[in-house]
Amino acid sequence: MAAITTTGLGKVYPGGVRALDALDLSITDGEFFALLGPSGCGKTTLLRTLAGLESPTSGSITIGTSDVTRLPPGRRDVAMVFQDYALFPHMTTADNIAYPLRVNGVPKSSRHDKAAQIAAELGLAELLARRPGQLSGGQQQRAALARAMACHPKAFLFDEPLSNLDARMRLEARSFLKRLQRQLGVTTVFVTHDQSEALAMADRIAVMESGHIRQIGTPVEVFRRPSNIFVASFIGSTPMNLLEAMVVDGQVETCGQRLVVPNGVIAGLANGVSFVLGLRPEYLTLHTASVPGALCGVVAVVENLGSQQLVSLEVSGTTVRCVVTEDAEPALGAECWLVPRAERVLVYLDGELVEDAVLSDAR
Amino acid sequence: MTSSVISPWEVTGRIGRYAFLSVVLAFFALPVLWLAFAPFNAHPTMATSFPEFTVENFRSLMDNPNALSSIGNSIVLAGGTALLVVVLAALASYALSRASIPGRDALLYTLLLLSSIVTGTAAMVPIFLLAFQLDLIDSQLGVILVLTGGLLPAAIFILKDFVDTTPRSYEESARVFGASPLQIIRHVVVPLIRPGLAAVTVWAVANVWGNFLIPFLLLRSPDKAPASVVMYTFYTEGGQPDLGLISAFSLLYSIPVVGMFLFVSTRYGFRFHGGIKR
Repeated sequence: MAAITTTGLGKVYPGGVRALDALDLSITDGEFFALLGPSGCGKTTLLRTLAGLESPTSGSITIGTSDVTRLPPGRRDVAMVFQDYALFPHMTTADNIAYPLRVNGVPKSSRHDKAAQIAAELGLAELLARRPGQLSGGQQQRAALARAMACHPKAFLFDEPLSNLDARMRLEARSFLKRLQRQLGVTTVFVTHDQSEALAMADRIAVMESGHIRQIGTPVEVFRRPSNIFVASFIGSTPMNLLEAMVVDGQVETCGQRLVVPNGVIAGLANGVSFVLGLRPEYLTLHTASVPGALCGVVAVVENLGSQQLVSLEVSGTTVRCVVTEDAEPALGAECWLVPRAERVLVYLDGELVEDAVLSDAR
Repeated sequence: MTSSVISPWEVTGRIGRYAFLSVVLAFFALPVLWLAFAPFNAHPTMATSFPEFTVENFRSLMDNPNALSSIGNSIVLAGGTALLVVVLAALASYALSRASIPGRDALLYTLLLLSSIVTGTAAMVPIFLLAFQLDLIDSQLGVILVLTGGLLPAAIFILKDFVDTTPRSYEESARVFGASPLQIIRHVVVPLIRPGLAAVTVWAVANVWGNFLIPFLLLRSPDKAPASVVMYTFYTEGGQPDLGLISAFSLLYSIPVVGMFLFVSTRYGFRFHGGIKR
């Protein structure tokens, strides 16, 4: 168990590609930490650098109390679970789980006892004699986890732990992983490109873009108050509405309409300042009757999300999306009004979130 | 379509196809039949015929002082070369597959091209001189080294393909658990490319087993000659090839290779695995 800290961590590949740019990150002991970002953002490079499979070109990494920047992977006392699990196909499940112990020179009988014990904890007791090829995807994942647990590492590193499972298994594995991490209390870093996975599992999330960390925060913080437009557009299964807006006479003018938003930040902006208004579809209320000071649009598309509907409205040529409950489905082509929840309205000036002093205190 | 309705054209076509296949089969089966019958024939000729059964050919073969020991020599040469080739090729192909060196592919292709020269006739004089300077004339080690040099590039080429198709995450996984490079090769890489190693072993043994020129030139004393060279000495007093001896010896000569092939093929089946997503 250990905290993980990186200071000014940088990685430049030969050829000049900057995969990591002076990252400062501190992951506390026992935390379930997600590295989230689109492909090519450097999240996997960061994880592999923590594991020691890539060496940084600048900066340092501390795991626990020791500086591990120059240590080879085997001496960092971390365990990694790969995206394809990397279970050795020529070994049985028992041999796979016992492999870290074999490397450490533990005698055969005691390492097999240990493997059987860990396998039993993860419900693999019946499968010890099987080869990885004879296990299902979920079982392979658990075998890979068991192998990682066998060496009692200071930290777990998971590379896209759920991406090789089918959709149903993924939900199951998500809760399983989260419960397991709670039980073991071992610092865990995982990489994912799926924002819903990160929101669901992590204690904290680092959202990355092209080698930089754009925001670090709890799932609630990252979802409710994305600190810049990149994070705002990346987080959320229904993308946030980001509308060009301008302050006119103390009111918001967007999409050619006047919108009344009782919001401290907007009240503090000077006349004529243009900004980006961030409105999550979940935080917009749809009215079929005229509401003064609301955005007025025509229903263009209604998408069924199960218990909810995603409604796309044409507001003077701009598409604005909003989520409504299953009972409140509007008719196609109907004129509707959208009222934002005042405390959830986000204001981005030059791409960065403008913090509301009053609101952030209240949070 | 049911089999009860067959048009005359189809019948003719089938008869033609099977007739053609029979001719091709006979063409390839005749030499094998000769090898099966001639050793037991009291008066073997170049033609395949039912033998006038005898084991006399084998008895006279046993009287030849070099016949049986030459098979032993062949085994030493083939085994030694195959061992060297497999070990060196495995290490080299792993390194070449995993490390990115500029001009790696050009290097491999050049080696492959040169290897056909090394064991070829054209390079025999310099190789002989080199062996002479190194005092490796009439030494089985010298033959093994020359043959290894000739086979290595192709072996590396074959094995590199096997290593290339093995995902790196296996090795990285072992590395994170603290395995040393040699442990990674022993525990992970070798088991994963085992079919490739088996294929290269069989191929190397078969190559050495059939090689005549290099042992013929580099070995002087008859008691060190391998089977392929000794067979060349089976003449009658009249200078005619002694077909009885040659056929009997040919049978003995082919048994180890066939046996090895059957063993490896049933044991490893030459199947490919490891590179494919499980």
